Amino acid sequence: MPKRTDIESILLIGAGPIVIGQACEFDYSGTQACKVLGEEGYRVILANSNPATIMTDPEFADATYIEPLDVDILCRIIERERPDAVLPTLGGQTALNLAMELVERGAVGVPGTPELIGANAEAIRTAEDRGLFKIAMQGIGLSVPESGVAHSMAEAEVVAAQIGLPLVIRPAFILGGKGTGIASTPEEFTRLAAHGIAASPVKEILIERSIAGWKEYELEVMRDTADNCVIICSIENLDPMGVHTGDSITVAPAQTLSDVEYQLMRDAAFACIRRVGVETGGSNVQFAINPANGDMVIIEMNPRVSRSSALASKATGFPIAKIAAKLAVGYTLDEIPNDITRATPASFEPAIDYVVTKVPRWAFEKFPDSPGVLGTSMQSVGEAMAIGRTFPESIQKAMRSLELGRYGLGCDPAERVLEDLDDEELLRRAAIGTPDRPFQLEAALRRGISVEVLAERTKVDPWFLDQILSIVEEREVLAVTGFAGMDRRAWRRAKRLGYSDAQLGWLWDVPEADVRAARHHAGVRVTFKTVDTCAAEFDAQTPYHYSSYEDEDEVTYSGREKVLILGSGPNRIGQGIEFDYCCVHASFALAEAGYETVMLNCNPETVSTDYDTSDRLYFEPLTLEDALNVIEAEQLSGTLKGVIVSLGGQTPLKLAGLLPEELILGTSAESIDLAEDRERWNALCARLEIPQPAGGTATTLEQARVIVEKIGYPVLMRPSYVLGGRAMEIVYDDQSLCGAMEQLARFGSLGREGGLSAERPVLVDRFLEDATEVDVDAIRDQAGEVIIGGVMEHVEEAGVHSGDSACAIPPYSLSPETLAVIEAHTRAIATELAVVGLINVQYAVKANQVFVIEANPRASRTVPFVAKATGVPLVKVAARVMVGATLEELRQEGLLCAPSPGGYVAVKEAVLPFNRFPDADSVLGPEMRSTGEVMGIDSTFGLAFAKSQLAAGDRLPDAGCVFMSLANRDKTVGIEAARRFVQAGFTIAATAGTADALDLAGIAVAIRVAKVGEGTGMDAVELIESDRVQLVVNSPRGRGARADGAHIRAAAAAQGVPCLTTAAAGLAAASGILDRAAHEVTVRTLQEYHQGIDHDRPLLPLHE
Amino acid sequence: MSVRDALLVLADGTTFEGETIGAEGLAAGEVVFNTVLSGYQEVVTDPSYAGQIITFTYPHIGNYGVNLADFESRRPFCRGVVVRALARRRSSWRSEADLDAQLRAYGIPGIAGIDTRKLTRRIRELGAVPGAFGSLDSHDEASLLAAARAEPGTHGVDLVAQVTTPLAYRLADGQRPLVVAYDFGIKRTILRHLASWFDVEVVPADTSAADTLARGPAGVFLSNGPGDPAAVPYARDAIAALLGEVPIFGICLGHQLLGRALGADTVKLPFGHHGGNHPVRNLATGRIEITSQNHNFAVDADSLAGRAEMTHVNLNDGVCEGLRVLDAPAFSVQHHPEAAPGPHDSVYLFDEFATMLGVTQPRTAPAGLPVAERGVA
Repeated sequence: MPKRTDIESILLIGAGPIVIGQACEFDYSGTQACKVLGEEGYRVILANSNPATIMTDPEFADATYIEPLDVDILCRIIERERPDAVLPTLGGQTALNLAMELVERGAVGVPGTPELIGANAEAIRTAEDRGLFKIAMQGIGLSVPESGVAHSMAEAEVVAAQIGLPLVIRPAFILGGKGTGIASTPEEFTRLAAHGIAASPVKEILIERSIAGWKEYELEVMRDTADNCVIICSIENLDPMGVHTGDSITVAPAQTLSDVEYQLMRDAAFACIRRVGVETGGSNVQFAINPANGDMVIIEMNPRVSRSSALASKATGFPIAKIAAKLAVGYTLDEIPNDITRATPASFEPAIDYVVTKVPRWAFEKFPDSPGVLGTSMQSVGEAMAIGRTFPESIQKAMRSLELGRYGLGCDPAERVLEDLDDEELLRRAAIGTPDRPFQLEAALRRGISVEVLAERTKVDPWFLDQILSIVEEREVLAVTGFAGMDRRAWRRAKRLGYSDAQLGWLWDVPEADVRAARHHAGVRVTFKTVDTCAAEFDAQTPYHYSSYEDEDEVTYSGREKVLILGSGPNRIGQGIEFDYCCVHASFALAEAGYETVMLNCNPETVSTDYDTSDRLYFEPLTLEDALNVIEAEQLSGTLKGVIVSLGGQTPLKLAGLLPEELILGTSAESIDLAEDRERWNALCARLEIPQPAGGTATTLEQARVIVEKIGYPVLMRPSYVLGGRAMEIVYDDQSLCGAMEQLARFGSLGREGGLSAERPVLVDRFLEDATEVDVDAIRDQAGEVIIGGVMEHVEEAGVHSGDSACAIPPYSLSPETLAVIEAHTRAIATELAVVGLINVQYAVKANQVFVIEANPRASRTVPFVAKATGVPLVKVAARVMVGATLEELRQEGLLCAPSPGGYVAVKEAVLPFNRFPDADSVLGPEMRSTGEVMGIDSTFGLAFAKSQLAAGDRLPDAGCVFMSLANRDKTVGIEAARRFVQAGFTIAATAGTADALDLAGIAVAIRVAKVGEGTGMDAVELIESDRVQLVVNSPRGRGARADGAHIRAAAAAQGVPCLTTAAAGLAAASGILDRAAHEVTVRTLQEYHQGIDHDRPLLPLHE
Repeated sequence: MSVRDALLVLADGTTFEGETIGAEGLAAGEVVFNTVLSGYQEVVTDPSYAGQIITFTYPHIGNYGVNLADFESRRPFCRGVVVRALARRRSSWRSEADLDAQLRAYGIPGIAGIDTRKLTRRIRELGAVPGAFGSLDSHDEASLLAAARAEPGTHGVDLVAQVTTPLAYRLADGQRPLVVAYDFGIKRTILRHLASWFDVEVVPADTSAADTLARGPAGVFLSNGPGDPAAVPYARDAIAALLGEVPIFGICLGHQLLGRALGADTVKLPFGHHGGNHPVRNLATGRIEITSQNHNFAVDADSLAGRAEMTHVNLNDGVCEGLRVLDAPAFSVQHHPEAAPGPHDSVYLFDEFATMLGVTQPRTAPAGLPVAERGVA
């Protein structure tokens, strides 16, 4: 059936900010969908609040709404655009939930409203409502774990009594298994059930028999309108049931299923998708199998493209999202060609001839109060995928792809941490799912603990353990053979088991470069194979490669000049989708300029690892060895102009100094080091007469004390060569200074990775209290011209990490004089550093004096936001500049356009994952903890800020009571905020000190509360729990109010009350609420904003 | 098991380094590749691989061991097995032994550690090619190359005679109509499907039409089997004589032989279809079936000359995947509706054969018959 002609315009709902459980995979799927639907001639209307996505680039849709993903806002968009259809299956759980809300409102899916395509409301309900799903599955003869549904604690107790412990509690309509847990005791059950009911938007939980320890599988299914079904990929979890699949190490294809079992599972998956009624597109079906007798139960199905679909797409080369979009508009699978073979249709099941391993990456080091144990609620913030010809090769590559300082699966310095454990303790730990489990398995096997014992204790399948054992056994052989004894066969065997040169160098105490040289001398070099969907049965047209140590290399010659772009690896806090956006933009810009683009990355969620994005894709770890392999392969197969290292965050930047100097495009490694080396940087600032906060560098406590004596407290402690303010701290006294140095040198996460050294000292700077922080992104070309891309004023004061702070373009309070100084400093620094490409400079402005905090001659996290806010494609321009173009040439060419005439304010707000870490304090600080960002855009700062809060998930109240508890130094700003809240009709509640200050300023305080757990009357926590507070403003800076504040913030989180942790954010919120009362909510497209907003012109509906 | 270096040599001189697995000795035969991700035991024990060396494109083979239930015939008939990595340890509740032991027990040599992707690409370029492998203790490149070049291939060779049953046998309780099944290398899963509907008598490949008709069958089934359909003219003649006398259903080689009995030509494909993921369109319904495939020869659809119509087509390369005779109750498919290994999408074809024979319900409890544990709807 050809595509539908009865619809002309389609609204695609995106997934919003990157949060745990919903990461860049939905940018990947949404971008593919936008492209496909646009190519098919539909008018594409996109709603997504995340400015760091590729899909929200104005050229990917006809109308791009960077607006909060909120049902009211979507109704406005629908009113304005009148789309014929709404496609909700490519924007994760967020889009699906919104679609259901729209259906309930009657805004879609009924005559006169847009049609829901991809999945209908009934199908979504059947898949998402656990009770309905269970009945549906039993109706088609599939087993489900015994379970019951409860809407109250009383119902929950009844169900629990019927099934018996242990039990899994899952809230309904929740993404990433949030609020899910396993209860083994009645107490745990009570706690989890109460939590779950509260967390579910429909106040419903599923209570089911725990099948922890069973084997877990996933199948990725596609179905078209003609009811043709195919399986794209099977996935087997290395971790048994009990660990959320997003937190599990997963392997594709399934390894330990006989064909008889696999085909039964395939039949069940088809029966499931048909029964649920997903008419077209991709779905993910999860199964568990009892390893003792093969009993199979179906766990759940997602009636949409999912994280696993992205993984399956990258693992097989089959573009699930793209095909799903085509199926949604009526095509059938056989009508769509397979892009990779180009000769065969998409109606097939990929055959793969390699093993794919996905390993999650967590950020527990950012949440030290969190236990760091994996369970049924997802906690990882990113993932790496590795492709090898065998599982050992694949898992070793995956481990080094994680960039946690590991060289592979053990055989590296970090393995020492397990040495002191006795066998029983090691086994005890390995039995619990944690990020360290794979290393514990390896260590246990290396000690001689048998596969049987380990399998029994951990429930990891013996096949996987034996594969790991083969790695361990080879290590013994290698140790005996020694570096000098290695011959061609021995090298080949080691490399085929995935050993990196770094591992071997560590084992033999030989420099990595010598290992590489000796190996090459013995004739053992990398070979690149191709991901082709068909196990080489047909000729592949798409160069999507992975490395192996085989006989034949498949990289083909190309006559065009090539540019290699190093990607940013797995998402982590501080380095996420923003950098993938940059790499993708570079690829697009360089391709448009006629270069052949080559991408190297290992993050399966991203647009950069789509085989469509660059001319060639290498799915490889971002280590020196792997980067050199790709560089050599590309040099052998044509002319490599150079390597771009400055767009993928810290990951490629760390490699810059190790790669051949002449290949580094743009700013030199020397300049990068100049900005990072404290002494040289200080000298540079002095030369340019740009003030810096006083400070110095230290590697010991003594050195730190000497500096503090000179500059005084408070000080900001900043390790060098880290991203995202890793382990950064503001220190107010000697005791904290000692603690901070201990952490850095020994006990903290950085300490474990090597601690401090002359090359990696800690920076100790005077901390400027109450300063305004400013971020600038600029580009300099080789001719010396500098353009300022954007100046961002932070909402929160300096001291809150810039990545966790809200910021606005244009600046809303800085004077023109200050801005002129900032711009001049930026130009001077860029020139002095001889930057060719992007540079980001951070300033603190205090009492109209501008201090430079740091400069980074690379793409920053804010570049996508700046580009969305101004309409200037900064990264594309920078990429061209890096390969030699001047800004003037790019201006002539039209790529470098003038920024939007403005008339609006864009506010970027951070999205924090505290709901995943209930034990962590939500106060903001110098260490970045946000996972993602949203943009609010509107005519005033207040409106834009209010939109940014809504987009980040905190709907600012329109009326009610604001509870304020402020540190002394915040009271001036706090008073102004309170005044505006009162003006907007709010009542104020406050703690004693804050209330006194407000009284003095003449602001009425309706409720005074006691300190927590102290004195008589209601305390703050009780007040919040009494549901009388609609907004909390609590700024606990420095010491003192800290403990109290933590209780307040925890109470707010538990009650779902928005909580702002700085007075500045309180003031911004008050302005937003006031502005909102005076204006109607409007939605505009990014394309309109980029044309400039004339507020005298009324905002017309776009449809006739 | 002692690991010994081994070498695989193709007739064109390409060599591949590996190490021995399975039985001792030299293996020579036509090298083909199979792309299934699971189901190695069914593939190895499929008699259709007689005369061939099977290369598995999926690197890890042997992971879940082997068991009696998944044997597709009384023994493997392939000449050898080529893998990238043989599992050292099997893991499955269904497992009864490991693949390596099974290969040794049946005298099938194997070679592991091979760059099977390179080998597959080579076969794709050359077409199915003779090859030989063996340990370097007892062979060298020259002797292996000579062995490879001495291989006749499968063109024009009667491999059916090597695999067919020497004696007829029955799977029957007298309650159901009789189907005579020609054993050209029949897979057990096919037998289970047939036996779930009918009484079945399995007969040797050279059974004449008269012998078959003398058994009073309600229908005749033509099984899968190895090699070139042109090399078994006796079967073609028997089928030609049975056409119109009794309803006929054929699978794979049975399909090709039905084609030849109708006067159509069969051709050798460059490297055949061996896998579990080929899309086939049912031309009557338009539906797509993902199919299990294992054949090097195919019916030339253009030569059906009005006696039969094409019912199924391979969407990858247009190969004729099924035909229906216009003037007699007979149909056949090139792919494997019984799967084993592979998807169950085409299992309805057994139902259609049953319908053709007037049987509407499968047995509920086929006492004394092989257990039909897979894919029976």
